[in-house]
Amino acid sequence: MITLTLRYTTRAPMPGNARRALVGVVASGNLEVLLERTLPDTECAVEIATPVRGYDEVWTAVLADFVERASPGGLRISINDSGARPDTVALRLMQGARLMEATR
Amino acid sequence: MTLDDILANLFPAGHDVAAGPDRLILGTGRRRNGGTVQVIGIADGEPLGIAGVLPLAERVLRVIAAGDGAPILVMVDTCGQRMARRDEMLGLNEYLAHLAKCLRLASWHGYPTVGLNYGKAAAGAFLATALATDILVALPGAEPAVMDLPSMARVTKLPEDTLRALSRTTPVFAPGLAAMAEVGAVAEVWDPRQPLDAQFEATLANVPGHDVRDALGAARGGRRLTADLVRRVAAQATGGAHVAAS
Amino acid sequence: MTGMMIRNEATVASASWFLASARERLTGILDPGSFVEFLPPSERVRSPHLAQFDLPAAFDDGMIVGRGRLDGRDVLVAAQEGQFMGGTFAEVSGGKLLGLIRAAIADPDLPRSILLLLDSGGVRLQEANAGELAVAEVMRAIVEARSAGVAVVALVGGRAGAFGGAGLTAATCSRIAISEQGRLGVTGPEVIETNQGVEEFDSQDKALVWSVTGGRSRRLIGGADAYAEDTMTGFRAAALALLDSPPPFDLLTLQAEQERLAERHALFGACESAVEMWGILGIADPEAVRDMDDAAFVAIAAGVKGMDHDAR
Repeated sequence: MITLTLRYTTRAPMPGNARRALVGVVASGNLEVLLERTLPDTECAVEIATPVRGYDEVWTAVLADFVERASPGGLRISINDSGARPDTVALRLMQGARLMEATR
Repeated sequence: MTLDDILANLFPAGHDVAAGPDRLILGTGRRRNGGTVQVIGIADGEPLGIAGVLPLAERVLRVIAAGDGAPILVMVDTCGQRMARRDEMLGLNEYLAHLAKCLRLASWHGYPTVGLNYGKAAAGAFLATALATDILVALPGAEPAVMDLPSMARVTKLPEDTLRALSRTTPVFAPGLAAMAEVGAVAEVWDPRQPLDAQFEATLANVPGHDVRDALGAARGGRRLTADLVRRVAAQATGGAHVAAS
Repeated sequence: MTGMMIRNEATVASASWFLASARERLTGILDPGSFVEFLPPSERVRSPHLAQFDLPAAFDDGMIVGRGRLDGRDVLVAAQEGQFMGGTFAEVSGGKLLGLIRAAIADPDLPRSILLLLDSGGVRLQEANAGELAVAEVMRAIVEARSAGVAVVALVGGRAGAFGGAGLTAATCSRIAISEQGRLGVTGPEVIETNQGVEEFDSQDKALVWSVTGGRSRRLIGGADAYAEDTMTGFRAAALALLDSPPPFDLLTLQAEQERLAERHALFGACESAVEMWGILGIADPEAVRDMDDAAFVAIAAGVKGMDHDAR
């Protein structure tokens, strides 16, 4: 298993007020993403645990794209990966962002 | 030690316990104090299927109905549950669980139950018998395991050598008596050079009134998390609505 | 509330139980907004043992425990995630379930009903001893809970079925509900084939596998107490129907179970196939059981003797 930690400064805080969300499951070709609103407004930290080696650049690219699109300021994002493809990762991140945008 | 040696050593005052042609152990042993011990079990590594469960469970239920409070000894040398299409078709899960429930009911009615693993013990047959007793002891040379390493290698698709190396350091996973004792499943290992009847009496005097295996696993270091998790879940459950830490 | 948001598009009432995740099942079966999780994912209670096998851990170890309401009634719930490590019993997952049941035993103010949403291949081999022992502890706790007046109801309809320790756990409960897709047993067909040969059990023969371990046969021979449609509403209705008047855990119940299981052995012990068993049960066209819809199955099953009992 390897662990990657990525940090971003976002242009804005994540909209909505959901405190946390969980999407996906740890199953072959899938991943779970835990999103928690615990950081200062324009910070985002992502921690990835994966058994697949050698894909640091892909993770970095997928996450950078997500941060650009969703501006997940204030979120601590934790990922347990089980060999998900980049498009699955992107999908789960956006699903998570949608849940965090909820207002209640 | 053979089954006969063990029985002779356990019951110097006499017994009529024997393994039948079906390898089921049934009988009664005499204690030094004149009391009796009901003995059930399975011998010679025989797998436990539905045909084996029925007489064993029936004996336990009869003992409970008789109401004399005699201890029940469950002697186990079984390679596991019978792996057969017909046993599965008839609902082997219900049969194995039934035997375990009968043993638990005996305890509930005040019959101390002692498991003695003197050979193999594995998987569903282990759960139905020795692991359903109040206290499980073993003799050196016993081989309790969920699954042997070659089978485990097939199922997990990991090399057997890797598993063997890991099994030296990880009691939660390693097959064998030492690991089963460390996680708290086996409470004591008897010394075959000392009289077994005295050790049996000592074990009987130590039968815990509740399930202490999680605490034992924590104390022995082989299963550190369970007892703590049980406490934490209970604390959150009884604390009303769980307030999430922010 | 834990404030945990989960995907909710799949948890409409008609969604498939079989295909849903454990969290979707909980959302789908419980009253809206009533679920409160104990040791939620944010507490990151993960297995410390998987990394050495180069396997990823999950934030809930594939076991979700908590409480909620079912049609207004307070219930404790546990759900296994069959997609993670086959929903297996392991140190953390087993400890969480054990904690839930023991809490119910110790605190009479907690709900007097526990729903177990089983979806498990049995013991996690990477933590084999801890998992096996967890099953033993859970089985013991279930009978103690039953003795304390708690109804423990198993729901079986997930992708991993309920095998090995999960199969024994189900049969230790007060009641079992199962769907057509639900599978219940001890040794899985693949393992029997590997150990005993393809002539004993051809695990590739889906119809055979289904007839041996599947929900309809289990219901017909009394191995399950309710038949659920493979939807959230289906399992919700089955759970509600089973919560009331659970069989007591006592000598009479187990004597009745002994008789029931001995009778089953006598009746079907020589059967070569499940279809043969269904014929003996008096089903006019047993071959048709496989292909009929749920409503037709419920209709023909209604008159089968011995299917409904308190002998568990």
